[in-house]
This record gives sequence, structure tokens and C-alpha cells, in this order.
Amino acid sequence: MRTRPLMWILLVALTLVFAVPLLLMVSTSFKSAVEANALEFRLFPAEPTLDAYRAILADQPVLRWAWNSFLVAVLHAALVVVLATTSAYALARLEFRFKKLMFALIVATMFVPGVILLIPNFLVVNELGWLNSYASLVVPGAAGAFGVFFLRQFFLGVSPAIEEAARIDGANQWVVFTRIVLPLARPAVATLSVLAFLSSWNDFLWPVFVLFTSDMQTLPAGLAQLQSDSGTRYDLLMAGAVVAAAPVLLVYVLAQRYIIEGVAAGGVKG
Amino acid sequence: MATRTIDPPVLPAERTTVPKGWRGTPYLFLAPFFVVFAAFVLVPIGIAVYASLHRWSLGLPGQPFLGLANYRDLFDSSQVVSVEFWKGMRATGVFTLASVPFLVVIPYAAALLLHQKFPGRTFFRAVYFAPYVLGVAVVGLLWRYLLDAELGPINQLLGILGLPADTLWTSTLPAAWISLVGVTVWWTLGFNAVIILAALQDVPAELHEAAKVDGAGAWRRFWTVTIPATKRVLQFVVTITIIASANMYGQAALITQEQPGTETRTAIGFIAQTGIQGFDIGSASAMSVVLAVLLMLTSVVVLGLFRRVGGSED
Repeated sequence: MRTRPLMWILLVALTLVFAVPLLLMVSTSFKSAVEANALEFRLFPAEPTLDAYRAILADQPVLRWAWNSFLVAVLHAALVVVLATTSAYALARLEFRFKKLMFALIVATMFVPGVILLIPNFLVVNELGWLNSYASLVVPGAAGAFGVFFLRQFFLGVSPAIEEAARIDGANQWVVFTRIVLPLARPAVATLSVLAFLSSWNDFLWPVFVLFTSDMQTLPAGLAQLQSDSGTRYDLLMAGAVVAAAPVLLVYVLAQRYIIEGVAAGGVKG
Repeated sequence: MATRTIDPPVLPAERTTVPKGWRGTPYLFLAPFFVVFAAFVLVPIGIAVYASLHRWSLGLPGQPFLGLANYRDLFDSSQVVSVEFWKGMRATGVFTLASVPFLVVIPYAAALLLHQKFPGRTFFRAVYFAPYVLGVAVVGLLWRYLLDAELGPINQLLGILGLPADTLWTSTLPAAWISLVGVTVWWTLGFNAVIILAALQDVPAELHEAAKVDGAGAWRRFWTVTIPATKRVLQFVVTITIIASANMYGQAALITQEQPGTETRTAIGFIAQTGIQGFDIGSASAMSVVLAVLLMLTSVVVLGLFRRVGGSED
């Protein structure tokens, strides 16, 4: 095949386009303040140092931000899974009035741009007394249409024979759901929870608006703070970026299959 | 307890009554989702529409009904709010028109590349997708550094290559738009590519074989087999990409910081500023309703265009 060399050139070129910026982020975070502000290009630090990390940890409650991000993302993912599995199961398997209407309503909200919810959600959260709290980050985005849609699709693809058998044996709906359906849905639930974790960890616009105090910030919101405080101290900014990026890149390496297959499935079935 | 293997013909009658269970069960399954969905999706949509019809500012007592006045102000070019809003809408439009073609064509090409058979395919797919798992805060900070006019590696590398190395990537036009589009392509290319790749893998191999037998070259096969077979996914990708681009906010807030002046302040940027910093919730809600309606219309138009172009075979 004569196209092979061209294909490999393209593959490698694209790899560099994606990898070099990330590499520069990491390498600059290990540069000294002087080196990070040098006018000539340097891929690697001449004398790697942890100074930037020490400085941001001393100046800002970065570890507290990381903890906030982690806690919020885990709780958010758990809530998404609880809400999406139960409702998707009802929509896929159970009979009730207005079922079609309910599903249509949920799917229709997928087309409503998030912006329209921004200010009203701020008011709702304010009304509930949730401003500047974990709840304001965990709950509002948890009833997303995507999770319901994705899991309903999965449940519809599973044969109902085992569930029928259990029901005839006298198991009630809840037992059928927790003992039979959920274990079968483990891959889909894993995908959904990883995607929910990532979207919560990375959320930027919403936390900036609902969090006020420094100790409540998540990493993305804290980074915005760091950026306005540090100007062009790129050693500090890149150290902050690495702290926020490393956990998600780790999750990505470990759960790559679930993430990519979830995205692919969402598109093909949607 | 003796089990009888042959049951009397009562069985069918029993079956219809036993497994149904209590009629309220489905609602219990639905309730947790519905409570959160109502509180943070349905009620807020209602609030947005209500607020857009009222004068609603924090600190102002009561919310007098205004009818369509908030909307009228947006379409009255003598109002400052109208000028600023449409400037933001124009910025959103510029960004969407400039980014969507790249965000569809480049991922499609990358997906075709990854659809070939070669060792290490999943590795390359994972690398191309990697930036997507980073949040906009990290991506914004990273590219703010890379694009810095003096200290940033982009201009430094351009200098080494003997190219103009003094572009102010984040504070002049059109460089700021090139930066925002380029960063967004870098960030989200892998997402669209993975969706398109999955669709390519679903195209039955026989279709390609049949076209080959008919003597169609690679280019012909691409247009007569691959594109029609991936039409539905392409339509999905175009729609979600338009919506995502029209909702762009973080990149402009972090990388260009809306510079030069407020040229790269998008509609979302202005809506957020009006509603949350300016506390003018009525006016901001009217703007978000206008943006939402325009976006939904765009989705319908895209759907219609795909129907027309590709016939109605699905």
C-alpha cells in the first residue's frame, strides 16, 4: 500500500500536536521563575525544581481545592448513577401513564441550551440556601437527560427473560432491579459514572458563580483565581494546571475504555 | 413439598396477575430523578420565561410585569443593552461559523485515519482524545501560556522557524479568533472523532466490497458509500457541535479575556455579566431565551438540511 508512509507521518504529526502542549505544561511547572520567563524556547528545564509547587501550596489552599473537587465529583457521580438507573429502568421496562410523554420531555431538554438554566438555577440554589456549599455543585446538574437516555438504551438492549423469571419466582420490582438488572448494567454504569465524575471535576462556569469563599473553591474555580493573582508567572500557573489535570489524566488512563466507548455509544445510538 | 411438573390450565390466568406488582412502583422508581429534574431543569426553564417578562433586579422590591419590554429593548438599536447583546451574538456567530467546519472535517479525517488497520490504533485514538478529558480551566491556562506574545512557546517556535514571531495571539483581531478556534479544535477534536470512528466501524464491509466490484475508486467509495452510511451520525455531530460552539464561554474568559476591548465577549459572556454581575435578571433571561430559541431553530434547520441533502432513506 503506497499510502502507508503518508499515514504514519499524519499519525505522528497529530500525536505531536496533542502531546507537546501537555508536555510543555508539565515541563514549565518544573522550571524556576527565571527560566519560565525566559525569552528563548526551552522544551525542558535546565534545573528542574519544585519551587512553583511549593509556592502555590503555600499561597493558596490548593490541597483543600483538590479535596473539594474530588468530594464533589464523587458525590455528583454517585447521585447521577442513582437518579439515572432508577428512572431509566422505569422508562425502559415498567408500565405507567404518560410514559412516552415523560421520555419525550426529558429528551427535549437535551436541546435546551444550558445557558437558559444558568441564572434561574442560581436563583433556585439561592432560595434553597445552598450558595457556597457542596450541595450547589453536587445536585443541580444531576438530572441530566444524557444519563437517562444512555441507560434506557442499554436496558432495552438486555433480554427481559431473566427478570421475568425472577418475577415469576416472586421477587418484587426492587429486588429484580438491585439483584439482577444493576449487576448486568455494570459496564454502562461504569461509563456513566466516569463521565459524570469528569464533567463535575472539570466544571468551570457554574462553580465560579456559586462559590464565594476561598476554602470552598474547586480546582477549576481556584485556577481562575490563581490566574488573576499570578499574572504571567507561568511556572506557578502551569503547576496549578498540572495539579488540576493530573487526576483526570490518571482517571483517563485507567478508565479509557469506558470513557471512549461511552462517548462512541452516545453518538451512534443518539 | 411435592412439585408437580404438569400444572392445570389455570397458569395463563395466574401470570397476568402475579408479576404486575403494585401500580405505584413505577412512580417510586421515577420519583428521585423527577424531583431533581423538576427543581433544576423544569422550574428553571419556567423561571427564565417568567423573569424575561418582568423587571427583576436584585435589590429592587417586587417584580413588576413588563410584558415583552425586555425583548423589545433587545431589538431596539437605541438601547445600550441591545447593542452589546447583538455584539455578543455576533461574536458567538463568528466563533460558531469559524469553528464548526473545522470541528467536523478534521475529526472526520482523523476518524478515517484511525479506521485504517495498523498496530497501535487504540494508542493513537487515546492520545487524540486525551485533551478532551481536561477541563476548560486547565486548557485555558495552558494556552494562555503557549500563546503569550513574548514568553509563549508558539511565538518562540515561530521565531526559530524564521516566521513572524510577534503576533499578539490573545489581544488582536483576527489572531484572537484564530487562537480561540484553534484551541477549541485541539481540545475537542477527539470527542467528535471517536463518535465518527464508531459510526465508520458500523458501516457494513459488504457495501465497500460491492462498490469495489462495480469499479469505484477510493474517492468514489468515500462519497457514495462512507458519507451516506454515516449521515445520521454526521447530523448528530454537526448539531451538538453547533450547540457547543454557540455556548462557548470559558475559552474567551480565560484565553483572550474578551480582548481586544470586548470583541471576543460571546453572548453567554454578556448574559452572565448582565445577570450575575449586573443583577439584571429580567433582561439576562430575555437574552437567554432569545439565544435558546435561535439555537433550537438552528438545530431544526440543520436537521432539515440533512433530510434534503441525503434523501429520506432512514
